[in-house]
Amino acid sequence: MSAVMITRKVRKWEKLPGKNTFCCDGRVMMARQKGVFYLTLFLITGTCALFFAFECPYLAVHLCPAIPVFAVLLFLFVMAMLLRTSFSDPGVLPRALPEEATFIEMEIEAANGNVPAGQRPPPRIRNVQINNQIVKLKYCYTCKIFRPPRASHCSICDNCVDRFDHHCPWVGNCVGKRNYRYFYLFTLSLSLLTIYIFTFDIVHVVMRSMNGGFLNTLKETPGTVLEVLVCFFTLWSVVGLTGFHTYLISLNQTTNEDIKGSWSGKNRGQNPYSHKNIIKNCCEVLCGPTYPSVLDRRGLLQEDTLISSSNPVPQTTKTTAPLIPNEHTPDDAKPSIAASAEKSPSPKEEHPAATKVPPLASPETDAETSIAKERAH
Amino acid sequence: MFIFFYLLYICLKLICIRVNSLCRPTAYRTSSNQLCSSKVFIQRDYSSGTICKFQTKFPSELESRIDEQQFEETIQTLNNLYAEAEKLGGKSYLEGCLASLTAYTIFLCMETHYEKVLKKIARYIKDQNEKIYAPRGLLLTDPIERGLRVVEITIFEDRSIGSGR
Repeated sequence: MSAVMITRKVRKWEKLPGKNTFCCDGRVMMARQKGVFYLTLFLITGTCALFFAFECPYLAVHLCPAIPVFAVLLFLFVMAMLLRTSFSDPGVLPRALPEEATFIEMEIEAANGNVPAGQRPPPRIRNVQINNQIVKLKYCYTCKIFRPPRASHCSICDNCVDRFDHHCPWVGNCVGKRNYRYFYLFTLSLSLLTIYIFTFDIVHVVMRSMNGGFLNTLKETPGTVLEVLVCFFTLWSVVGLTGFHTYLISLNQTTNEDIKGSWSGKNRGQNPYSHKNIIKNCCEVLCGPTYPSVLDRRGLLQEDTLISSSNPVPQTTKTTAPLIPNEHTPDDAKPSIAASAEKSPSPKEEHPAATKVPPLASPETDAETSIAKERAH
Repeated sequence: MFIFFYLLYICLKLICIRVNSLCRPTAYRTSSNQLCSSKVFIQRDYSSGTICKFQTKFPSELESRIDEQQFEETIQTLNNLYAEAEKLGGKSYLEGCLASLTAYTIFLCMETHYEKVLKKIARYIKDQNEKIYAPRGLLLTDPIERGLRVVEITIFEDRSIGSGR
């Protein structure tokens, strides 16, 4: 019987935990459910296509040729912002590698002291003081980290996201620190586009009716009815949403904080992240520095596959990454986890049970090479 | 027959490894002249808000390895570099406004200010490792590799004969 070890290079995104889908070899990152996102795309492009087909020729000739030009620019801007929001990393925090998770657990145990048997241990919370305000940092059992302030775990994407705002199904992604400004510009430009199309639809119908009559106009341009319907219903929701987010930005709050009432009611005026100045808050959120993704989706990893000739199914395992069992680990994998808690220099010391264990964190690359390794793009 | 012996070999190996790993899960045990290592994690300091800043408290595990002042200087320089990257000022606002006007397509050809500073940080860490930390058997890991959550310091200990810790 012979065993063959094949080493191949994989991109890090292939081994990332969480429920995201990746496209274009890791360049695009979205949530799993994309149905509503396709609907958004269809509505926007469909309505604009009808506008360009039915209204624009008449308006360009009878009113001003700049009208379709501006509509095209606005449409392109809306699409750019939508795609940017949907395809970018919202600010996902990578899960703790096993050594870090163990270190944190030891710290927690040291802080808790001896818990009498039968008693539940106290909740894992760390208090930090930010601008004279006590903020509680919660421990995430899935990611095995203490969440930074304003971070939250998205259950749909199964990731902790920094400055988590909300998970938007219309955009097919979470909205967090990295893509909040694109999301806001998307809603703002979409409001403008909707108002623009709605206004010029009405103008077009009025102008044409003066010449030919109202019913004739509708017969000549049937698309107008559809556009007006879509725009009418979109207007209320999107303009409302833009107004809501403008309010949040001026106060430097997230939707998550607003829903939980963290800085409202009896805590009003105590938001430690606000600069107490509307202009400064807006500038920070919209024109602040663009944060890089810490996920390194397109970095390269070594993956060793053990293929034995008697067993045709390749058993894919990792060279490193000892795992810590939690409530999600299948029982048969627990002994294997204790075994693989050691970094074995020889990759042949792998075993079949490890393949059933989902990786709790992305595998660790060799410490010495991690600094020298450039992020391959 | 051969499969049976192969599986038996794997099981025996598992039992041996499991017995040895129960003492210190973060330590690595080898059976030859290789380095054992443990890790210390410098956590984030959130007292100034959500900006990237690390605690300058000197961990006890490094007491025998490096000067407290040297360590504090390294962490303080890192904090200053991250503050420079995240600074809200005229330059960052200008960059943000210009980028939004081009629908952020300008970042396809231009590097952001933050990315430039991150490269500076990577060079600084490499430099510190070469000059100060590697001669003392320590290794700093760039925080970006750990999601800007911790500064991981690996402590290498030379063991000439494999033995449990």
